[in-house]
Amino acid sequence: MLDLQGYGPRLLEGAGVTLALAVLSLILALVLGLVTASAKMSHSTVAHRLATLYTTLIRGVPDLVLMMLLFFGGQIGVNALTDSLYDATGIDIFININEFVAGVVTIGLIFGAYMGETFRGAFMAVDNGQIEAGKAYGMTPRLVFWRIRFPQMMRHALPGLSNNWMVLLKTTALVSVIGLADMVRIAAEASKATREPFTFMLVVAALYLMIASVSEWIFARLQKRYSIGYGEDD
Amino acid sequence: MQALLDWLDGLLADNSIFTLQTLSYYGDGLVTTVQLVFLSLIIGLVMAVPLAIGRSSRRGVIKWPIFLYTYVFRGTPLLVQLYLIYYGVVFVEGIQESWLWPIVKEPFVPALVAFTLNTAAYTTEIFRGAIKATPKGEIEAARAYGMSPMLALRRIVIPSAFRRALPAYGNEVIFMLHASAIASVVTLMDLTGAARFIYARFYAPFDAFLFVAAIYLCLTFTVLYFFRFLEKRLMAHLKPLN
Repeated sequence: MLDLQGYGPRLLEGAGVTLALAVLSLILALVLGLVTASAKMSHSTVAHRLATLYTTLIRGVPDLVLMMLLFFGGQIGVNALTDSLYDATGIDIFININEFVAGVVTIGLIFGAYMGETFRGAFMAVDNGQIEAGKAYGMTPRLVFWRIRFPQMMRHALPGLSNNWMVLLKTTALVSVIGLADMVRIAAEASKATREPFTFMLVVAALYLMIASVSEWIFARLQKRYSIGYGEDD
Repeated sequence: MQALLDWLDGLLADNSIFTLQTLSYYGDGLVTTVQLVFLSLIIGLVMAVPLAIGRSSRRGVIKWPIFLYTYVFRGTPLLVQLYLIYYGVVFVEGIQESWLWPIVKEPFVPALVAFTLNTAAYTTEIFRGAIKATPKGEIEAARAYGMSPMLALRRIVIPSAFRRALPAYGNEVIFMLHASAIASVVTLMDLTGAARFIYARFYAPFDAFLFVAAIYLCLTFTVLYFFRFLEKRLMAHLKPLN
């Protein structure tokens, strides 16, 4: 029925690369998002302006252009940096910007901007009285953050996070353009070699739909967990 | 015109990368990108309105195929859809002998088809949400006036859904503008294609890609302000009085 002509294992390998890329970028995006959200809510004008500049620039430029800028330009930039480090201190290091690193950094940077917006809205939705109650208990700001603001923020942020993750997952396909052997690239190669584009592209499409469906299920469980104590319809 | 060109030439005299010739590549790319995005958005919009109405229908025969279409096209990367259409079109039986072939073999048409199908799927879901959010009272009022369901749809539901869909649709337009960059992957010389060409020719990634990023940024802001203006005009009746 479905004849992958021996490309099956490589496609699965590619699916693994896609997943690893997506998860690593997600982690980077979550960290950047939290930093951006804090910067946007902080009282410092400089931090606020920097965060606004970051989100505006990132959201105004296509992901592919950013990715190529980072991949093709990144190595030159990093080399210049390590060269000057060598000249100054004699420490010789070489940082290789390969397709995978460039992909993770670009996708993380792009979705950090989107996550920042999601987190900011979610933090603002946390009831002020809760934070005051925490302070009244004598909690330090750090403890208030981890025990009160963060868990309650997550409940509001989860629908947005789930959306961002779905878009992020599809964005990973772009890394095949700069040469990473993810499932899209392998399917494209297999299509050209076997002259059967429909078979391979449809399999990849099905794999994406499968990953999306599984993540939808995970997010539904998470949503349930973070909504404990808020009633059924929330 | 000649004076203007001379002036530009003089301005760029010390610049080895941005000459009049490379700028013309960017210019042609800009035209291709705008054409591609504009055409796919218009055709996608025209497709999306009936699809959204069908998607809101109570009948399963109409509802489920449309749901499947939007689910697949929203759940898979646009790049995969583009590859499927670009590489797949050659293998459609008899297409190479038909009159369509000279048109279809150019990368512009497969890209246009992929983008149109993709944006139509997203727009359908945006409109469906807007139709679903129609206040019940508006529909009841239309019924009370004796409007037939079709008339109520045309006069009440669709115009009010259009207004509600506007902010989300503005985002979709920007999304399409950015997504159009992948057309360069199938050898189309759009803005990103021009940047890749100039990068490859001069090995100057920063100049080539930062310049094109700036153009995209300007385009994005133009779209953003256009939609803000539209929202202000069309939602004027919903604004608070003061």
